[in-house]
Amino acid sequence: MKFGVVMLPGSNCDHDTFHVLKNVIGRDTVFLWHKDHDLQGVDAVVLPGGFSYGDYLRSGAIARFSPLMQEVKAFARRGGHVLGICNGFQILLELGLLPGAMLRNKDLKFLCQFIHVRIENNRTDFTRAGKKGQVLRIPIAHFDGNYYAPDKVIEDIRANKQIVFRYCDADGKVTDEANVNGSMDGIAGLMNARGNVMGLMPHPERASEALLGSEDGQVIFRSLIEVLEHKGRKAR
Amino acid sequence: MKVRILVSFKDSVLDPQGQTVKNALHTLGYRSVKEARQGKVFELELDKVSEEEARKLVPEIARKVLANPIIEKYTWQIIQDE
Repeated sequence: MKFGVVMLPGSNCDHDTFHVLKNVIGRDTVFLWHKDHDLQGVDAVVLPGGFSYGDYLRSGAIARFSPLMQEVKAFARRGGHVLGICNGFQILLELGLLPGAMLRNKDLKFLCQFIHVRIENNRTDFTRAGKKGQVLRIPIAHFDGNYYAPDKVIEDIRANKQIVFRYCDADGKVTDEANVNGSMDGIAGLMNARGNVMGLMPHPERASEALLGSEDGQVIFRSLIEVLEHKGRKAR
Repeated sequence: MKVRILVSFKDSVLDPQGQTVKNALHTLGYRSVKEARQGKVFELELDKVSEEEARKLVPEIARKVLANPIIEKYTWQIIQDE
């Protein structure tokens, strides 16, 4: 299978993500340039972390107008798999591919630290290689990660089991303290109702090699590979 | 024509920056400040646009780009005629 990593002006985790997918996980991976209209036949699109367009206006707000993002939107609407990491998550919210919005972290601090998240739903294309309740140790690095949605939307995403990850402590307990940015319902990762688009604030690409302190992030990439390579075999 | 658009958080959305400003004002002794909300101001200069056209155009721009309707509201006014 082939991954595509989007490059926007101000993306700064594009090379890390590319490195993990290509060299650590070992799958064909290409960069997708923001001015292009070509998704190069990829099976999954990854929107990497960073500060696209300097976070001007609102995080992710300008990126959604780039030519490539129109293709990503159409790809997602056709059922293509899209993973948004950190700024990528913010872009997916601004694009309307995921419900809700991001507010500034509750303590108004940029948070750059290892945290824990719990897999709330492992029957997704992004977590099927993991176990329900499994705790992952992955770093975050963001200013605007305080997830917000109107109450009605929170009810819907709960009912549809769209909450994929929640902030927790090392033992897997979801507490106010563990919810470092103040996200509603402790939401750290969220998918759309159809299940082909997911965004998360933690950086799995920074936790995919033992040398860097954690390999827990691999579970997300490996899940996608399981789904897409199986699909590919079936199609052939 | 020049228009000014004010974007701020909806009342239902917590505004931690506004609260911090309020707390700072209280620390300085301005106890009468009951609430502080922070927002963004945009000024757009529109070329060859009538007032009627502006009434259609500006809300469209505000909704599509300047404000995120999930968390923000906006008001606007004409600050300078042609």
